[in-house]
Amino acid sequence: MIYLDNAATTRPKPQEVIQAVVDAMQNFGNSGRGSHDEALTAARMIYDTRNSIAKLFGGTKGENVAFTANSTEALNIAIFGLLGPGDHIISTDLEHNSVLRPLYRLAKQGAQLSFLPADKNGQINLQDLEKLVEPNTKAVVCTHASNVTGDLVDITAVGEFCHRHGLLFILDASQSAGVFPINIKEQHIDAVCFTGHKSLLGPQGTGGLCFREGLEIRPWKTGGTGVQSYLTEQPSQYPTRLEAGTLNGHGLAGLHAALKLRLATGIEAFRAHELVLARRFYEGVKKLPGVKIYGNFNVALRAPIVTLNIGDEDAAQISDELDRRFAIATRPGAHCAPRLHKALGTVEQGAVRFSWSWANTEEETDAAIEAVRVLAEESK
Amino acid sequence: MRQPKEHFVVTFATTTGAMAMEEACRAQNIPGRLIPVPRSITAGCGMCWAAPPDARQAVEQLVIEKKLDVSGLFTVLI
Repeated sequence: MIYLDNAATTRPKPQEVIQAVVDAMQNFGNSGRGSHDEALTAARMIYDTRNSIAKLFGGTKGENVAFTANSTEALNIAIFGLLGPGDHIISTDLEHNSVLRPLYRLAKQGAQLSFLPADKNGQINLQDLEKLVEPNTKAVVCTHASNVTGDLVDITAVGEFCHRHGLLFILDASQSAGVFPINIKEQHIDAVCFTGHKSLLGPQGTGGLCFREGLEIRPWKTGGTGVQSYLTEQPSQYPTRLEAGTLNGHGLAGLHAALKLRLATGIEAFRAHELVLARRFYEGVKKLPGVKIYGNFNVALRAPIVTLNIGDEDAAQISDELDRRFAIATRPGAHCAPRLHKALGTVEQGAVRFSWSWANTEEETDAAIEAVRVLAEESK
Repeated sequence: MRQPKEHFVVTFATTTGAMAMEEACRAQNIPGRLIPVPRSITAGCGMCWAAPPDARQAVEQLVIEKKLDVSGLFTVLI
């Protein structure tokens, strides 16, 4: 089987990550619940993981990293913890439902939303952000990389825009964490929301937010913390303020191992391999009859994603054919990005997404090109 | 039961604070270990750093130097 659905979740995970999870399941107690060796082993690893995440995103302190189950939970914490009724929020048509649905819920509670529009090739113009600013604009919430096209958003420009207008900047780094540089201080980012199981190569069920010092985020959930048990409210100190209930220590052990690998190898090495393969695929399929590719391939730096359609064929059927006949795993449909598919004109047809990661090879990529060639030929 | 002995104890608002203390003390070979918070301080369920009394000055200096996030300093019999 050729796995080209790494934008959904990377597969396989490095052996070091797998082994770390196994070791944790054999040895870990519950972090922050007791001071015996088993609990402390878990707590030390989680503490170290916080510091690694802070380092990855240019943060100053591990305590400004709160762990969650995924990006979606992190985005909910950031959006509902920082914004409220009466606020105007700017976002983009590129967003995943992990951003859109919390924003739509906030709009029902009285917030106002504006979206930077995408054109029919999924491109946004950051110059137009200026036109969207209102007197009550409070924040920009946007993705770093489209999960549909792989196009990157210039977050340095968005950060400067936010800084200039005194706006909060909440970044969805689901498709970019660990692959593209993110620096909360230099890029004026207030909160980076990330998942562990995609580009970071960690286990599912891990993620979090890394936020700037001094940011006041209201707790989104409350519950057991292992500390200050007789307080009736969630403790006010970070990261406990944003974490309630047992953390996914086993998963975080895997993320810890993944981060260690990432920081040792350097993010450029991982990225270069993925981008070479995605570009090879793009070059191999772009001229095939009936193949339409979405996104901007005139730039070298983009997430390792190529999304296409063949003629008017149903993307779901193409993806199923790739799976059944060629044993190639891809992702059809709307990719939880309804506004972008409306812009692309692919609401009915969907689109087939191919996405690469560290374990993919040139041979696999060439097999995928050949499969698309066969299907394109058959659909003529 | 062991005989109570005097200890210098540092408490924290979060587990992360306790971990930072342990890391800082280990790095400078300052004696002590994390233990459950004794009831003479609070009947909560957190951890505290317990050190021999003669380590007090070194620990206090570390708290200031490293800006460690502590919630209390105590001398207790445990």
